[in-house]
Amino acid sequence: MNIALNITQTFQDWLVGFMPEGAASITAMVIVAVIYLMIFAVAGLYLVLLERRVAAWFQLRLGPNRVGFQGLLQTMADALKLVSKELTGTDRADKFLYNLAPYFVIITSLMALGIFPFTQGFQAFDINIGIFFLIAISSIGVIGILLAGWSSNNKFALIGAMRSGVQTISYELSIGLSLLTMVLLTGSLQLSEIVETQKHGWLIVQGHVPAIIAFMIYMIAGTAETNRAPFDMVEAESELGAGFHTEYSGMKFAYFFLAEFINMFIIACIATTVFFGAWLSPFGITESLPWLGVFWFLLKALILVFLMMWFRWTFPRLRIDQLLSLEWKYLLPINLINIMLMAFLVWQKLTIQF
Amino acid sequence: METTVVNNNFKSEEYFINMGPQHPATHGVLRLLLTIDGEIIKKVDPDLGYIHRSIEKMCERDSYQQIVHLTDRMDYLSANINNEAVCLAVENALQLEVTDRIKVIRTIIGELTRIASHCLWWGVMGMDVGALTTYFYGFRDREMINDIFEETCGARLTMNYNVPGGLMFDIHPNFVKRVKDFVAHFKTKIPEYDRLLSNNVIFQKRTMGVGVLSKEDAISFGVSGPVGRASGYSCDVRKHHPYSALDQVTFKEALRTEGDTYARYQVRIQEMWESLSIIEQLIDNIPEGDFRVQTNAVIKLPKGEYYQKVETARGELGVYIISTGTKNPYRLKFRSPGFSNLSVLNHIAVGSKIADLVAIMATLDLVIPDIDR
Repeated sequence: MNIALNITQTFQDWLVGFMPEGAASITAMVIVAVIYLMIFAVAGLYLVLLERRVAAWFQLRLGPNRVGFQGLLQTMADALKLVSKELTGTDRADKFLYNLAPYFVIITSLMALGIFPFTQGFQAFDINIGIFFLIAISSIGVIGILLAGWSSNNKFALIGAMRSGVQTISYELSIGLSLLTMVLLTGSLQLSEIVETQKHGWLIVQGHVPAIIAFMIYMIAGTAETNRAPFDMVEAESELGAGFHTEYSGMKFAYFFLAEFINMFIIACIATTVFFGAWLSPFGITESLPWLGVFWFLLKALILVFLMMWFRWTFPRLRIDQLLSLEWKYLLPINLINIMLMAFLVWQKLTIQF
Repeated sequence: METTVVNNNFKSEEYFINMGPQHPATHGVLRLLLTIDGEIIKKVDPDLGYIHRSIEKMCERDSYQQIVHLTDRMDYLSANINNEAVCLAVENALQLEVTDRIKVIRTIIGELTRIASHCLWWGVMGMDVGALTTYFYGFRDREMINDIFEETCGARLTMNYNVPGGLMFDIHPNFVKRVKDFVAHFKTKIPEYDRLLSNNVIFQKRTMGVGVLSKEDAISFGVSGPVGRASGYSCDVRKHHPYSALDQVTFKEALRTEGDTYARYQVRIQEMWESLSIIEQLIDNIPEGDFRVQTNAVIKLPKGEYYQKVETARGELGVYIISTGTKNPYRLKFRSPGFSNLSVLNHIAVGSKIADLVAIMATLDLVIPDIDR
């Protein structure tokens, strides 16, 4: 199968021509990492712009539309400002952890992006434990938030971090279980094989009822995982000021901010890959035009991103105890029943396949 | 100045947090000293005085026409109703009978002020529980009222439209049409408010059963306005002691019995409907007549004590004047609704979460300059 082809491998094969294999492998990784870093730093900025324009649209405003055509350079200018800002901090903060925390958050976000199949063959790494890797990586990000809240030496930040801890630990379960439900259908954790399975119909169609339930749970848990409204207890501005990043400024704040948007994009990307056939077009013409796959992937992901923005600008925030009872009393039991339902479906071959 | 009294006898799990005076949820410079156990509130200690401007003392210095201008700066969201309170107190003391036209216009403007205040409250209520969009919807409708005010008297918020003896100017020729337009517009918007926030399951879960205030406690704390009426305490001054043209109209007093945050929310939503109905009853037949009754250039109240209360958007505002017969009051005391309403905060917030405290404060609808004066 040619699906396992990926960018890093392509670069490595090319580099092997004029350097030893070990050096070629490392160079290829560095090149790909730099390319991804550039693409997604910019993509993150445009997600911020999208959020602001979408919010403005919901809120009877115009949103940023002055810097560049239709405000396209607004977030660039904001980022430039944040880069040039002085980094202030609290005096009695735990300096080492305080400075480390933003990198935990931003690095884990960017790492997860490496394995998404944006189109046939366009995938930095195609590891055979793809889904597992995603769940694992997204859990590490919360350490950064906990560190930020703890080391800031600020009670509001600490409350935010405590909330973040309980919230993320709880909703990890739902994300994991809802994705496992879908893995029952594909029989593989490798993202390229998950896409391959979907050539006979997107998984949300193949798995019908349990797949739709899993998708709904996934979207709720995914929104909670990224700490966005209605689950933004971590930074709940009307309660805690700015929550865990109260004491951060300049670029360190920007890392948290950017990570939130990249995480949102990751959640949408996972959903696109696992539920909506990744880069497969709904009309089946992607095979001849592989680059069109990027368009389909981004379209699906951005629709889901829009959905999450819609949540954010419509719903009030939950309270922390309601958040936990939603997870432990409702989502988790439903999820466990759902996973059995899906197993039954797969066992009895009741899935829909074209 | 010793203002901070921090309880040092904490139990091992408890800690102290300083909420305000710069905090997004306190809507101004209110400072709350919170004792918290994890997320649960053990004690709320409001610390006032950050925006104290000695308005009552300044009133002793000023003439009665000037006092009206100071009242704008107390509860700035009910500015016009505050003005009206002082004007009514002075007119009653002088036993000055104003024309029906003045009474009707005062009532219409007062109810418009109430709607504007509730619009703003609805917007920030949503923001406090995390729904940011409500703010813009509330402000969109409030803006229409402010535009009407601007055309009427030139000011949008602190209007000073009332003077002892009547009104500063006559209403603008467009006034009736624009108010009717607003009423028609706003009738389609309150259902939108309900769809966006009131009927939202998360919002209902956040507010129902939170910060319950019993009727007995409401009365003994001296609570008034929507906060009192949500606990079943019938305390609408407009109903029990009608002033201006409020005796000519029929309206229902918004009453609920639950006493929780959601009941306070519903009372205010219903009050918007009632205010619209009051405006509709009056707007079509504003009587002809003078917009101002002639008074002496220097108003001197007869020796004695005078009390006038009105219903602002927040509750009962009392104006208590002691006059010695000179052009200034000897003492002027405002009984502000916000101060009494704030006093229940510790009583109803203890035992709830930090997020509940924010929701409770939002429905108490505190305007800090009204509390501090």
